[in-house]
Amino acid sequence: MSTHAHVPISLSINGSDVALLVEPRRTLLDVLRHDLALTGTKKVCDQGNCGACTVEIDGRAVYSCLTLAVDCTDRQITTIEGISHGNELHPLQEAFIEADGFQCGYCTSGQIMSLHALLGQETSPTEDQIERAVSGNLCRCGAYPNIIKAGQLAASMASGD
Amino acid sequence: MPAFKISTKEGKNGVELELIEDEGVTSWSSTTPMHVVGKPHPRLEGREKVTGRAQYASDVRLPGQLYARVLRSPHPHARIVSIDTSKAEAAPGVRAVLSRLNVPDMDWFEEGKLFDSTVRYIGDEVAAVAAESEEQADDALHLIEVTYEPLPFAMSDRAALADDAPQIHPDGNVAGEVQEYERGDLATGFRQADVIVEGEFTTQAALHNSLEAHGCTAFWDGDHLTIWASTQAVFVVREQVAEKVGLPQHRVRVIKEHMGGGFGAKQIAWKPDVIASLLSKQAGRPVQLILDRRAENLASGNRNPTRQRVRLGAKRDGTLTAIEAVITQEVGAYRTGGEASNVSGTYKSLYRCANVHTKQTAVYTNTGPAVAFRAPGYVEAAFALEQLMDELAHRLELDPITLRERNYVDHDQETDKPYTLPEGLQLSYDQVAPAFAEMRQERNSGGDAKRRGVGFAAHDWMGGHGDPPGYAQVELNGDGTVNVITGTQDIGSGTRTGLAQVAAEELGLPMEAISLQLGDTAVGPYSPVSSGSATQATIGPAIRAAAADLKRQILDVAAALLETRADRLTIEDGQVLVDGKRPGEVSVAEVAGKIAPHMLRAEGARGPNPDEQIIRTFGAQCAAIEVDTETGEITVQRVVTAHDCGRIVNPTLVDSQIIGGIVQGVGFALTEERITDDARGYVLNPNLENYHVPTVQDIPVIEHRHINVPDSKANSTGAKGIGEPPLIPTAPAIANAVYDAIGVRIHEAPLTRQRVLAALAERNATGEGTR
Repeated sequence: MSTHAHVPISLSINGSDVALLVEPRRTLLDVLRHDLALTGTKKVCDQGNCGACTVEIDGRAVYSCLTLAVDCTDRQITTIEGISHGNELHPLQEAFIEADGFQCGYCTSGQIMSLHALLGQETSPTEDQIERAVSGNLCRCGAYPNIIKAGQLAASMASGD
Repeated sequence: MPAFKISTKEGKNGVELELIEDEGVTSWSSTTPMHVVGKPHPRLEGREKVTGRAQYASDVRLPGQLYARVLRSPHPHARIVSIDTSKAEAAPGVRAVLSRLNVPDMDWFEEGKLFDSTVRYIGDEVAAVAAESEEQADDALHLIEVTYEPLPFAMSDRAALADDAPQIHPDGNVAGEVQEYERGDLATGFRQADVIVEGEFTTQAALHNSLEAHGCTAFWDGDHLTIWASTQAVFVVREQVAEKVGLPQHRVRVIKEHMGGGFGAKQIAWKPDVIASLLSKQAGRPVQLILDRRAENLASGNRNPTRQRVRLGAKRDGTLTAIEAVITQEVGAYRTGGEASNVSGTYKSLYRCANVHTKQTAVYTNTGPAVAFRAPGYVEAAFALEQLMDELAHRLELDPITLRERNYVDHDQETDKPYTLPEGLQLSYDQVAPAFAEMRQERNSGGDAKRRGVGFAAHDWMGGHGDPPGYAQVELNGDGTVNVITGTQDIGSGTRTGLAQVAAEELGLPMEAISLQLGDTAVGPYSPVSSGSATQATIGPAIRAAAADLKRQILDVAAALLETRADRLTIEDGQVLVDGKRPGEVSVAEVAGKIAPHMLRAEGARGPNPDEQIIRTFGAQCAAIEVDTETGEITVQRVVTAHDCGRIVNPTLVDSQIIGGIVQGVGFALTEERITDDARGYVLNPNLENYHVPTVQDIPVIEHRHINVPDSKANSTGAKGIGEPPLIPTAPAIANAVYDAIGVRIHEAPLTRQRVLAALAERNATGEGTR
């Protein structure tokens, strides 16, 4: 049907393996949103300026709009849909609610995933580290001070466990 | 049931009906004890948003869904000679194509068409394709062959008003009537003045850049059309789309559960709403059309750029004797019907002055159409007026707040009607003044190259009063919980939560007992557009009216159950109390259970705003900044702000609105600017790479000093809006702080490094402006 050849890939997303046929030009973001209906990850600028599409690949925060799906074989991908345990929210998710770390919520998945990657590397981050971790995540509602608070709160909740 | 009065009068178009709804409640006062309203409560939709499960228009996934793209004009002004879509129609995956070939006559934007034969800006809609994937739709766009005959164009107000300017519309380049206002006598006012300050100020085209772009998912199924839209106004979209596509309103359903920002730009139906609907009709499948970032920034609205020539006259003691403001505003290629940019408004109202003249001319340009952007008009005007007030304070050696207090006004000078809360602005001054004094002590302690300064600005705002009518329903479930249903929308401001608090308060129930449904024209009763900081003040009272009626019904049933009179009963925390005595005799849940499955239901309407008083919102703000005189960079360090928004329903949500407004204000003040190549008609930065919205590292410490005085004359809840106001004074407060720091006044927004360095260089060359 398409003039573009599809290629088979297998991805590990939120702990599940999925096999797909995708066009080589398809980004990880579009695979998540269109092929897998994992729409928690958002498309905003589609060129690596805003961070709304942030996911974690092998423990690092990555812009999925700048990542081709075909380059993700054999890598561990975590999205916003993969960080809670059943009905139990991740401390970051609890913290964002408690600190009112969002208004419209469209950037929230990306903010949380950037901080999720940080907390994976640094269990007691400084305010500066938190700020740097989300410095590539735009929030047009301007919830920034509360996003920082949410990061701090989540770190203290996680270390309190 | 809501009661109403109806009266008739002879109007221009024959008999006009006036329908006045009665809310049936008296206003909560400052002494009414409150249990839920006024307390922080987390957003009701928080869990959906932090898990990624909140469904936005762009997240809708329906079986067989197609994806659409729009072909846009590459010329700032051109006549379309021919279009050939045949190759696109045959392209892989393509299921529908629209252009003026098959939709020639649908009216849009005044005398324009959905797909016009003339395109008037780069980004104007030419054709659209729906395909199995976004990539296939993109590919097909390249196969549409269009021949354009380029026409001369005008990218700025000056170019459009020049003698030899190209005609953008048949009636010329002035859009609509020139708005002129006069009171007193300006010449007399300036003769009375001991001091005159004046200047020409410009403000930029700021781009909303809501993170969720405009767009929708539409499914035209038989004679039903459902649209999942990213909109601030589900009923406006329903009515406008129904009219355009020729369906009755009850066959068009508009749903907006969540939206990724609007900021004014999503208060009308835009072309994509109808394009997606028509593509869906043609393909017989659901179609999702979400704009990409470039289209969002070219074709979905922007704050109108302004040029303002302003002159103030004052006596030696600071009393204003004359205000003159001559304004041009660029509306872009079309008037959308959603601009509402009253740039002259604040000049008429913020300060007492007998002699005022304003003239506001809207000008077409070959750029994307302007639309309301958070406090439209007032943000632009405050940048000029409040800088000149600061200059006046310096000239007269008066404290900036004292100068403003000497020009205090407690009523609306256009109508001579009193304000509902005339002390609102004074309360704002009083809250900010101590911080301003403290910040001034600390200024200019920076190093040689870095200079610190402090600035102050005040504002009023024509909105925040609520826009009746608006309606709500409440239902009591068999277990004592309550469903609240309204047709309004939560645009990210926390509307769900604030409205649920009003219901809980009136019913005497805890928040956990309330569920609230909104954002669906098929479910909720009519509610107006969420703009003008109106929603809490419009729908809050409607919900309160409905809840009060439901409470009366609950107490009637409880009275029968307790064999007593209903007027002895009240509800607190879910318990029915007799003569106010605790513990309660019976719970609301038990009352509901006794009659289930019979259901108690009530409706409420928002009555009119007061006739004899004017509702307005006010605020004051001060900013501490540092200017690096070597790089021109301005760092905003601290902003302290106070706002009269009436009763604070939820302090957490109000704080978040204020933080968000100030962050956008910092962007407007320092970095946000659509940049055009006026020789070629291009927008150079329709993206988030080169259009700089503030990041987490650009923001100051923000402190909100709560006023929280209920405006009981405004509506039955005493709450007014807060969405727009905090942004209004931010840019002038920063600009005044820059003057304080480096002694130069910058009249062009935003205060980019380039402009700061240029101003410093000019000061050093001429020696002028030094303090």
